[in-house]
Amino acid sequence: MKNKTFKMGGVHWDDHKIAKDAAIEQFPIPAKVAISMAQHLGAPATPCVEKGDRVKVGQVIGTPTGFMSGFVHSSVSGTVTAVEPRADIVGNMVMHVCIDVEGDEFAEGIFNTDRIEREIKGSAESLLEKIKNAGIVGMGGATFPTHIKLAPPREKKAECLIINGVECEPYVTADDRLMREHPHEVVLGARIMARVLGVETIVIAIEENKPEAFDAISDATLRYVGIDVVMMKKKYPQGGEKQLIDAITGLRVPSGALPIDTGCVVQNVATSYAVYQAVQKNRPLIDRIMTVTGECLPQPRNFRVRIGTPISAILDAVGGLPKEAVKVVSGGPMMGKSVANLEATTLKGSSCLLLLTAEQTARQPETPCIRCAKCSQACPMGLEPWLLNRLGRAGDNAALEENRIYDCIECGCCQSTCPAHIPLLDIVRTGKADVMKIIRARAKK
Amino acid sequence: MARLTVSLSPHFQNPTTTKVLMTDVLIALAPATLVSLLFYGWNALLLLVVCVASCVLCEFLIEKYLMGRRIPCIEATVLTGVLLALNLPPAAPWWIALLGGLAAIGIAKMCFGGLGQNIFNPAIFGRVFLLVSFPAIMTTWAAPHGWLGIDAFSGATPLAAINEGLHQGIPASQIIADGNLSGWHMLFARAGGSVGEISALALIAGFIYLLVKKVIRPHITLSILGTVALLTTIFWLINPARFTGPGFNLLTGGLLLGAIFMATDYVTSPMSPAGMVIYGVLIGVMTVLIRYFGSYPEGVSFAILIGNMAVPLINKYCKPKRFAA
Repeated sequence: MKNKTFKMGGVHWDDHKIAKDAAIEQFPIPAKVAISMAQHLGAPATPCVEKGDRVKVGQVIGTPTGFMSGFVHSSVSGTVTAVEPRADIVGNMVMHVCIDVEGDEFAEGIFNTDRIEREIKGSAESLLEKIKNAGIVGMGGATFPTHIKLAPPREKKAECLIINGVECEPYVTADDRLMREHPHEVVLGARIMARVLGVETIVIAIEENKPEAFDAISDATLRYVGIDVVMMKKKYPQGGEKQLIDAITGLRVPSGALPIDTGCVVQNVATSYAVYQAVQKNRPLIDRIMTVTGECLPQPRNFRVRIGTPISAILDAVGGLPKEAVKVVSGGPMMGKSVANLEATTLKGSSCLLLLTAEQTARQPETPCIRCAKCSQACPMGLEPWLLNRLGRAGDNAALEENRIYDCIECGCCQSTCPAHIPLLDIVRTGKADVMKIIRARAKK
Repeated sequence: MARLTVSLSPHFQNPTTTKVLMTDVLIALAPATLVSLLFYGWNALLLLVVCVASCVLCEFLIEKYLMGRRIPCIEATVLTGVLLALNLPPAAPWWIALLGGLAAIGIAKMCFGGLGQNIFNPAIFGRVFLLVSFPAIMTTWAAPHGWLGIDAFSGATPLAAINEGLHQGIPASQIIADGNLSGWHMLFARAGGSVGEISALALIAGFIYLLVKKVIRPHITLSILGTVALLTTIFWLINPARFTGPGFNLLTGGLLLGAIFMATDYVTSPMSPAGMVIYGVLIGVMTVLIRYFGSYPEGVSFAILIGNMAVPLINKYCKPKRFAA
């Protein structure tokens, strides 16, 4: 049988998974952490500790601000030294709780052990409550609060839970290592989420460049019925929710709608692992697996990092920033953000630190568009980036809207494909922001 | 403190630049160019050199002195020169090549703003410019003196022979048999015509290379060839004495050269798959109509120019399929 994939657009760049054979290492707990209150999509959490407070690992330090928000927990034990706005990786000022680390004392009731707990106890409501209280967010990078995704509105029925182990971004191997080393926890987390949603079908999707993960997860599912492990063709952006649902079910999320409108809920494997920890071990989201990679590093690594660890500390641990590295990317090369502030700290969504050399990442000068249409071919949403580029530069917002710029998922396929090196996505992003503003203002009227 | 580059994603660019793509097209043209040089010898080489030189020089001067920049992609300019040379009669004088290059680049390309801006395919424009300005030279097919010592077809091109013969009331099948004009001969470089039309096989090899390297998609070429094959079959079945058959039409004239290398030019062809098919069918229909009913024996060049004109309209109405409504 041919491996599944989505049908429209996409690119096949070399996957550079040079860190795939590096086993997960426990990253040493840093002396100081700064934990951001904005680690989820939606309103930042409200800090509930003050300077001078003593905190333990797993203790709540931020509470949700409204519906679309989440809990934040301390990832270390120690003394709060400041609750103040600090620059995040791109330089935005965000409220942080800063803690000087003393020991590693977990809050009461957390089982910080490796024993696999298979029996899932409790009602769907109680499980959902635990997930919410553990501050779990989508760990593939979008950081959508998981408890909201697992509680769709009553009129919309979830029928299928898709666990996203695609990891289609080049370089990133965090999910691969997690699936290889903790397959049982990932599968149990998926079963917990299926129970919360009341769905019978679980599909775990893994790209063909991760055969070891595929085998490990397949073995872990042997004892259960109703879990399909599916081998996917290698293609970017397969890990995009819309693309993955299309690849697995053939259903397409309509423009402006949510995945749940197709009856599918997509959750990342790292989220699934965190759900297992929250429900079976009472362990909130305090750490995550992070790949530190790049050809310029002597040795690419995969770490289990406490949330709030400074990026500079991670770089020090891998031998410092290599001389030839000119860019540090948080996330993968296609959608990751370039780091402007090395003193910023890791978040729940930080899957990778990628170090790129000038040769790998320097933007080449732009040449005229030759209308080769390779951008349209690569676009997984069926847009015409060449046209959006032209309209965007002209500032023609009405025409941009007519050409559905709002459908753009900002995957970067167009810009990375363009033989003329036109910064298509830069232009589309600004145009999309303008058009969304207009659409929102119109909706308000 | 380390100095870091900060920019928006993606953090990676395709190494296949415009220059690489155009170089690939030149490589794809190499077999056809080499075969034609072997058959037509020194004069074909002279035409090739003059065409390329006049194209490059013309673009260089206009870019430098009127637009204040360098040629953005010299490979594209060289490509125009090579295609123009392949579209000339093998015995044409050197100044025809010079004028053709100036018209192709100076008028068709640079008047519209240079690379990426032109409406018409520059090489085709150059050829048609010469055809209507110097009809006698452009339709004289003197016997070639090839380096191989093989006698290529001399005298009129197959299509011109048919045109001529039909006017004298000879049935098409009779002319083909008399002139040894069957498609099989043309597949292996025996047919007369423009420099680049000599070997269908070499052109098809170039087509396969372009597809394998993913430089072009097959839609345009196949829909042109399919349309020509279908229409000529219908006409031929209706009246074989008056109309030539599909095999003959597919392999003669500039059809393969045009369908593979000229109609697929990025700048002057549609961008969506559906648009490409419409454009291909349009060119196919126009080619057949001109060949059968027009006063020129050869219709591909005019058909492609007509297709070029329709491209903005096709792009406007043929949007790619969207992901979901």
